[in-house]
Amino acid sequence: MKKLINSPETVLDEALAGIAAAHPELRVDAKNKVITRADGTIRAGGVALISGGGSGHEPLHGGFVGPGMLTAACPGEVFTSPVPDQMLAAAQAVDSGAGVLFIVKNYTGDVLNFQMAAELAAEEGIMVKTVVVDDDVAVQDSTWTAGRRGTGATVFVEKIVGALAEQGADLAAVAEMGRRVNACSRSFAVALTACTAPAAGKPGFDLPEDEMEVGVGIHGEPGRRRDKLRPAREIVATALEAILADQPLAAGDETIVMVNGLGATPLLELYVVFNEVATALTGQNVVIARSLVGNYVTSLDMAGVSITVCKADADMLALWDAPVNTPALRWGT
Amino acid sequence: MDIDLARSWVQAIAAAVDQHKDYLTQLDSAIGDADHGINMHRGFSAVTTAVANMEADIVGAVLVKAGTTLISSVGGASGPLYGSAFRAIGKALDAPTADPQQFAAALAAGLQSVQKLGAAAPGDKTMIDAYAPAVAAFQLQVDSGGDFAAAAGAAADAAKEGMRATTPLQARKGRSSYLGARSVGHQDPGATSTALIFRALAETVAR
Repeated sequence: MKKLINSPETVLDEALAGIAAAHPELRVDAKNKVITRADGTIRAGGVALISGGGSGHEPLHGGFVGPGMLTAACPGEVFTSPVPDQMLAAAQAVDSGAGVLFIVKNYTGDVLNFQMAAELAAEEGIMVKTVVVDDDVAVQDSTWTAGRRGTGATVFVEKIVGALAEQGADLAAVAEMGRRVNACSRSFAVALTACTAPAAGKPGFDLPEDEMEVGVGIHGEPGRRRDKLRPAREIVATALEAILADQPLAAGDETIVMVNGLGATPLLELYVVFNEVATALTGQNVVIARSLVGNYVTSLDMAGVSITVCKADADMLALWDAPVNTPALRWGT
Repeated sequence: MDIDLARSWVQAIAAAVDQHKDYLTQLDSAIGDADHGINMHRGFSAVTTAVANMEADIVGAVLVKAGTTLISSVGGASGPLYGSAFRAIGKALDAPTADPQQFAAALAAGLQSVQKLGAAAPGDKTMIDAYAPAVAAFQLQVDSGGDFAAAAGAAADAAKEGMRATTPLQARKGRSSYLGARSVGHQDPGATSTALIFRALAETVAR
């Protein structure tokens, strides 16, 4: 294992200290492991948005705390969901009385820990609603799995819902928008290498030089199947086929498209992938109204890419364009 | 079972988890995200500290404390699931001692809370595949007149058998379910840690 760390045990604490040092606009509660905005919480009477999940997906979620997006983030250990105490501490720190929305990626651990936190918060008199993000079409949503994983669409939910909360919408409206954004978003990912969790010390799986994992998640777990490495054009075709089979798009439909690096993919390659996505979608007269290309939901040092397509309506596009000022997403301010 | 035995049990679990930490993580890297041993180790280390000097006047207090500590320190699915199990077991043991029949009922209450939270059924390739047969074996021994040691021994054997039987199964719950048919042929890490917990019980009681 080759990593820029001091010791596997101190990675999370030291990274949080680094976030605090680099971003005076954020407040890092090192004891409870909660990241909030330093300038108080939110507008008076506003709904607070809290997300969280295992670490190793940076900038998700801490990098999205700030005006126009999250109110607080709860980072867990690497690839391990945070514990209920963290979300309770976050809710107590940022609730204005208007309630908090939990934005939860659909993994058994995340769902259970946020569920327990919601119960604890309710006992403290804090109103909580939850949006579960489950956009990954590589997993069949059936009674035979834990359901689809939450991946790239989390960024779309956090940005769009964050803008709505900033405008002063109430908890029910904010939660409903979260569900709408999730419902019209789909993702698919491939990995060229496995990733190495610091505490594990070696890659999660072995992948020969000429092969790729198709349909991976964001925790270094193997994908649905293994295939020979193919040109970007064919990989994109596979991903879009899965995405469009689940959510058909018609000529004239407007979309927000994210081509996201999993941690060790050069931007140059991400743009090659985006070009293929753009060519394929515009070929079907689907409009890419907004786009993001970069590393937003990573999987430590995994090489690979995820593609997320959101079929956006006018409300969502307007909220997408609203000002946002966070370490990892910033415009219009 | 009395308060000291309950404390010895969770300490024995911590020792077993410490010993098999890398093995649990290795099993988890095949079909999960390679952190089960690490997470269980963090949790039971915290439990050992939490119960070391606690004052208790009922057996269950130690186990409720263990459960609450797991929920606060483990994260992932294991934290809430094992945490709820120990809390439910503890809540069912509200006297200074517990006889085998009472302990059987407590184990069953723990199983019920895990199933309620995780919604897994036997055969889904989860900790339930070790936990459910262990509870049944414990109860069967007690009903046929076996003492605590015999019941705990039977439960440990049944948990191990259930753990081994997860290998050919296709996962339907938890992170390994994402692999579909590729989860077949690997022993479930959760069932493995559950088997460790029942083995620790048998060894503690037999001492």
